[in-house]
Amino acid sequence: MDRFLDLTLNGISSGAVYAALGLSLVIIYRATRVVNFAQPALALVAVYLAYAVNKATGNYWLAFAVALGAGVVMGAVVERVLIRPVQRKSELSAIIVTLGLLLVLQALVGMIWSNEPHAFPYAFDFRGRFSTNDAFAVGLVVVTASALLLLFKVTPIGLKMRASAFRPDVARLLGVRVGLMLTLGWALAAFVGSIAGMIATAPFLYPNVLDGVFVYALTAAVIGGLDNPIGTIIGGFVLGVGLSYVSGYLGPELVTMAALAILVVVLAVRPNGLFGTTIARRV
Amino acid sequence: MRRSIRLGTVLAAGTLVLAACGGAGETGGGGGGKPASGANATAGVTDTSVVIGTHQPLTGPAAPGYSKISVGAKAVYSYINDAGGINGRKIDYRVEDDGYNPAKTVEVVKKLVLQDKVFAIVGGLGTPTHSKVIDYLNTEGVPDLLVSSGALMWDDPVKHPMTFGFQVDYTREGKIQGKYIKDNFGGKKVGDFFQNDDVGRDAQAGLDQFIKDQTVSRQGYDTANTDVGPQISALKSSGAEVVVCSCIPAFAALMILTAAKLGYHPQFVISSIGADPATLSGLLTQFAKQAGSTVDGNALLNGIIGTGYLPGVGMADDPWTTFFKKIHDKYIPGEAFTDTLVFGMAQAYTFAQALKLAGRDLTRQKVVDAMASGQIAGPGLIPFGFSKDSHSGYTGALVFKLDGKGKETVLRQPQVTDRGTGAVTAATGQRQTPDQVALVSG
Amino acid sequence: MGADTVTKPATRTTAQARRAIPPLLLHLGAAIIALVLVVALTLATDPFTNLRIATVGYYVLALAGLAVLTGMGGQISLGHGAFLFIGAYTVGLLVIHAPSLPIWADLIAAAVAGGIAGLLTGAAAARLHGPYLAGATLALAVGLPAITQRFPDFLGGSNGLSFTVNSEPAGLAVPSTRWQAWLVWLTVLIALVLLANIARGRLGRRMRSVRDDEVAASLAGIHVGRTKIVAFLISAACGGLAGGLQAFLLGTAAPGSFTPALSLSLLAALVLGGIGSLWGALWGALALVYFQAWAEDVSDALQLPTPVANNLPLALYGVILIVITFVAPHGIQGGLRRLGALAHRTRGGNR
Repeated sequence: MDRFLDLTLNGISSGAVYAALGLSLVIIYRATRVVNFAQPALALVAVYLAYAVNKATGNYWLAFAVALGAGVVMGAVVERVLIRPVQRKSELSAIIVTLGLLLVLQALVGMIWSNEPHAFPYAFDFRGRFSTNDAFAVGLVVVTASALLLLFKVTPIGLKMRASAFRPDVARLLGVRVGLMLTLGWALAAFVGSIAGMIATAPFLYPNVLDGVFVYALTAAVIGGLDNPIGTIIGGFVLGVGLSYVSGYLGPELVTMAALAILVVVLAVRPNGLFGTTIARRV
Repeated sequence: MRRSIRLGTVLAAGTLVLAACGGAGETGGGGGGKPASGANATAGVTDTSVVIGTHQPLTGPAAPGYSKISVGAKAVYSYINDAGGINGRKIDYRVEDDGYNPAKTVEVVKKLVLQDKVFAIVGGLGTPTHSKVIDYLNTEGVPDLLVSSGALMWDDPVKHPMTFGFQVDYTREGKIQGKYIKDNFGGKKVGDFFQNDDVGRDAQAGLDQFIKDQTVSRQGYDTANTDVGPQISALKSSGAEVVVCSCIPAFAALMILTAAKLGYHPQFVISSIGADPATLSGLLTQFAKQAGSTVDGNALLNGIIGTGYLPGVGMADDPWTTFFKKIHDKYIPGEAFTDTLVFGMAQAYTFAQALKLAGRDLTRQKVVDAMASGQIAGPGLIPFGFSKDSHSGYTGALVFKLDGKGKETVLRQPQVTDRGTGAVTAATGQRQTPDQVALVSG
Repeated sequence: MGADTVTKPATRTTAQARRAIPPLLLHLGAAIIALVLVVALTLATDPFTNLRIATVGYYVLALAGLAVLTGMGGQISLGHGAFLFIGAYTVGLLVIHAPSLPIWADLIAAAVAGGIAGLLTGAAAARLHGPYLAGATLALAVGLPAITQRFPDFLGGSNGLSFTVNSEPAGLAVPSTRWQAWLVWLTVLIALVLLANIARGRLGRRMRSVRDDEVAASLAGIHVGRTKIVAFLISAACGGLAGGLQAFLLGTAAPGSFTPALSLSLLAALVLGGIGSLWGALWGALALVYFQAWAEDVSDALQLPTPVANNLPLALYGVILIVITFVAPHGIQGGLRRLGALAHRTRGGNR
């Protein structure tokens, strides 16, 4: 029972990370129908900047703020400069551009900070089965997700963003600045991605640190439904806890295969994820 | 569609005729084309230089921890070249990035041999990678020296006459760890935390000879998965009081931090590949410093037991450590002085010794003979096993304890053993100092 | 090899001439010419270049398979490396455990194993669209190689398998890499002839109509799900065969060679080469092999600090991907076609 609790708590902490990064993928997917493979790299750059700031000033929260700010700026710039010109061309063009960006950014941080690992701190005391830091990470993800949902559902700007994503032509007729809304979507997504990066990276930072996290985040988003933020959050936590059980009870070498198995089962029953709608289908 | 299938069958039949020379897995049926090793006996050698090559993971997931080995080696070669080289030849060291991808390893090693025409491969890194080129190098007659891996397969002079190991193999090291634990922690519960490949498997073969009955839990990790929470919590609930870690530095550090997270404080015993005090303390104390007052980095490191065969940076008084530090300060002052760097430096220096022994009239066979001559007493704390019948690198290790600042105190003087079931005994023989070896006057 | 006729034939006369010759013969002729060229090229170059030529060969096949699935069938797969993994292990296991089988039998087995895996994947994925398919196939690329950890005794764990393939006929005294290049390209060209015929045939038309509009395709009586599964099967059989050829060439099959990065770089190379045609596979394979080599030479020559030099090849590849997507959205092949059309128009104007 003790072990079960340990594994559950461990899974919840990992799940928070998958949920957050998955959420950032979903926001972008909703806004521009692009799966952003550069998302982990954007988060990586943000975290390396935080590392540099923290090392120079010793102020973790300043570093955290820099990471979030950098995320917003990078997200907006990437959408404007790289994605918008190719987005209408084809689904593949956008995927390839984000893949290219992933390579460039990973190489770039390697050039500046080398491929060797650096220590990277937790926000709070990490000791304990469910430490202050775990509580902070899970809480932060839940609060961020709730705030975003409120933004989308309740506020006028959220409505405009949704309208721009689903019916850009109609939105434009109604006077919504569609382009601005899409940029805003990317900025928001990269903001959430930076949060995911900050809680996922500790204790060690190196250029490939978020690769595995990204695969599970995408898995979580696909399980939950790529256009459904709540589904993705649930998917992230379910995946985190499920994989923790697999690792603990069946063996760590089975984790990636278990993720595949979960995905196959879910998609066999629901091709658009557990909570996805068929709007995702673009024939 | 159907017609094209019929055509395919016809064409496949054609291939059959061409390639129907017996089974793909059978040996000896193949045609010629193998160059006689005599023709290439002096490949890569000129009057003033000798070209050598290596494969290292410089990028990708395996790069953290390993990408600095070749940097250390390069510094030593620069030092040697600046002092005139070995027997009048400067060493031209080519490093190829294989990203720890075995397919890439085969490609870059063939590039080094066929295109760069290297004289030897020195310190090729990794078991999954190097095991794919060992047959090729031996068939082509290319010296394959000082492999950077503790697997057992490098020591097979009959099948692989050109290949020599370097590190102490994982089984020997496991025996020395096992004996130390049995002698000092007899009756206590032991847990294993191991890398899910030959590192863990071979180490277990050694550990089991001494502490099989004490071992209560074995937990493997996969390098692709940095979440080791489930494994450490299993070790904790098994009640293990001693945890042996057959793992690389990053996972040793993860294990230490995860145990601290779970409030679990066993005695850690870390094998040489992971017990790099500079890297560990670099990661842990830097981590602690950044984490503010919540964590005491010294406490995390303090009391960890490790095994080693090279003079580490934690042994500042060792003449070889001072010697390497001097080279470091001159050639690569910007790099952190870690055991990883020293690993590359010691390896380069050992190769240079063999090159010197081989003489001015250099051939591939001569350098292999020099390796097997038994006259190489490298910078290590332990004698090499090199002889006509053994190509095994360092034959044992010493046991040390780290204090909170990463300084090493020797707990048990150098021990040697074999890879089978032989006894663990104290190492004998005189260790040479840098002044005695004095490869170059510089 | 000219497979997917997206653009209209250049002139009526060539079109008529083409139609006069059955496509099969046309493709076969092209393949024979290509094989002669490859043999000539290997004779003129050194053993290491021979190895590179052979490497280009198996990448061409892998990319051609992906071109069928993604270019022709419109299904985006991020898991193509998984089929190479299956093919490589099939050859490795057969060489080790059934040493008396000749290499061509091993290679056929690799293609069959890949095809079966593709059939299963296709059946599981037929209802998936766009990003869902991408996510599922990426999970396949990540999850499948982990099976080696589960059966370390049989599949060699993370060290994988190591073996020497004997295939050279006795008495043929050519350097081994040259013989390997010949065998690889012979196999690849046979497979390409089959692919090109499929692409021009009824099945190819079905796939393209499913890609362009599923609803219209099914109204026209095309079984959409079955067509998609067949596309997966063909693509994966090519992937399996390509993986088998890699194993034959390099004598290794190990999980570390089939990371998700391989699958992603295959897709990227295909888009770089031009996704609409089998020619794109050739350009993509050349880019995969030679661009990296060139980038490494550049970073060696520049005498940069180590961390920069180590990471420069990756950065350059990323930049090229982005730039190509911007300036030549249909890849190198698309760019060449546009140039060709331009030249033709200019000539026409002069006349």
